[in-house]
Amino acid sequence: MSELDFNVVVRNLPYLWQGLQLSFLLAGLAIGGGILCGAMLAVLRMSSIKPIAWLAACYVNFFRSVPLILIIFWIYFLVPLLLGRATGPFLSAVIAFSLFETAYYCEIIRAGVQSIPRGQINAGVASGMTRLQAMRHIVMPQAFRNMTPILLTQSIILFQDTSLVYVVTLRDFMTSVSTVANQELRLVELYLFAAAVYFVICFTGSRFVNRVGGGFRR
Amino acid sequence: MIEIRDVSKWYGSFQVLKSCSVSIARREVIVVCGPSGSGKSTLIKCVNGLETFDKGQVIVDGLKVADKAQLRVLQRRIGMVFQSLELYPHLTALDNICLAPMVVLNRKRAEAEARAMALLARVGLTDHALKFPAQLSGGQQQRVAIARSLAMDPVVMLFDEPTSALDPEMINEVLDVMSDLARDGMTMIVVTHEMGFARRVANRIIFMDEGEIVETRQPEEFFTAPQSDRARAFLSKILAH
Repeated sequence: MSELDFNVVVRNLPYLWQGLQLSFLLAGLAIGGGILCGAMLAVLRMSSIKPIAWLAACYVNFFRSVPLILIIFWIYFLVPLLLGRATGPFLSAVIAFSLFETAYYCEIIRAGVQSIPRGQINAGVASGMTRLQAMRHIVMPQAFRNMTPILLTQSIILFQDTSLVYVVTLRDFMTSVSTVANQELRLVELYLFAAAVYFVICFTGSRFVNRVGGGFRR
Repeated sequence: MIEIRDVSKWYGSFQVLKSCSVSIARREVIVVCGPSGSGKSTLIKCVNGLETFDKGQVIVDGLKVADKAQLRVLQRRIGMVFQSLELYPHLTALDNICLAPMVVLNRKRAEAEARAMALLARVGLTDHALKFPAQLSGGQQQRVAIARSLAMDPVVMLFDEPTSALDPEMINEVLDVMSDLARDGMTMIVVTHEMGFARRVANRIIFMDEGEIVETRQPEEFFTAPQSDRARAFLSKILAH
């Protein structure tokens, strides 16, 4: 077996960096879209109007029961049919990830809000606040502290999952690594490098989560 | 000041309040007692709209609780202290007191803080202004909760078993604050099992059982010569030891 040669990584760094940028961009957009839509869905899920809460629950249960890779495929083939024009793999991947992650973020946000005892809202209402004011000033600040670590953890998982977009021919970091590995026939070096990159990003992320989680006073 | 007229409430087919009526004058201190599950908490929560009722009328200071718009005004003027303390854990004692005046009455922070410090002094907690609820004892938390309610300048104060969740040695510090408040002329409705407090501070005692107001009496009369068998049975249990 030939010796390990990591020069191959250095030589291809600009190409790999492009892939990593795409992974970051995709994860960032999906995290933003997922949290935004997840928050709105969580409001519907907690609605006192039963059919609305039921529909929101159906959405959550559906997306949590199908593999992400299937959703990526579906959106890639489905959205152009609905829109009548090609959307390209990137946009369809962003949509797929956002729809999928919305279900998970919804549940995290709902659990966070419901972790705050009802008496807290009552205390606010009894002092003259509207329910909305009590939510905004009393429940949300506490709920957000409770859910931040889990939101961040889910976002790290999402970043790892972006490697699935190879199925729609998107050139993310993992796909770039594969391409270089096969072209240069340096599979061991490239996949070691890929593992190191994912590890550094995700480990740093989870250390950050621990610090944020431990720093809150309750 | 407070008119409760024929108030009834059902949970499904179970009737929790059975046409309760009582009228309370300004500056009066009413203690509501009775066995658990007798509807005491439900009744006082009907006064500030935390519980709705199905029949009857509650009027406070000329405003109807059942009317949504009037209730909004009323809720600013009725203070409430809960058994479960319910301080906001993410805010300091000072900020707990300032929140409602700033959010509801649009007071400036400096103004709200000055008033909050005065109230903290009144409940004897000046040194604890910047502590979070978790750093305070149960008795201290409940005193902050009382100060928090007073910050809205209420015309009526409701107390829902304010000492039931406290360790015995902390009960008196809370009752002392409540006695002071009564002496200053606050109109108060207090649900409590503290019969010593009831005897000393209350103008009248309401005894409830199974959703009914069974007796409304002067404290001395109530404790020495209760009229109903139910009140006698209750008192013999609670005063036995």
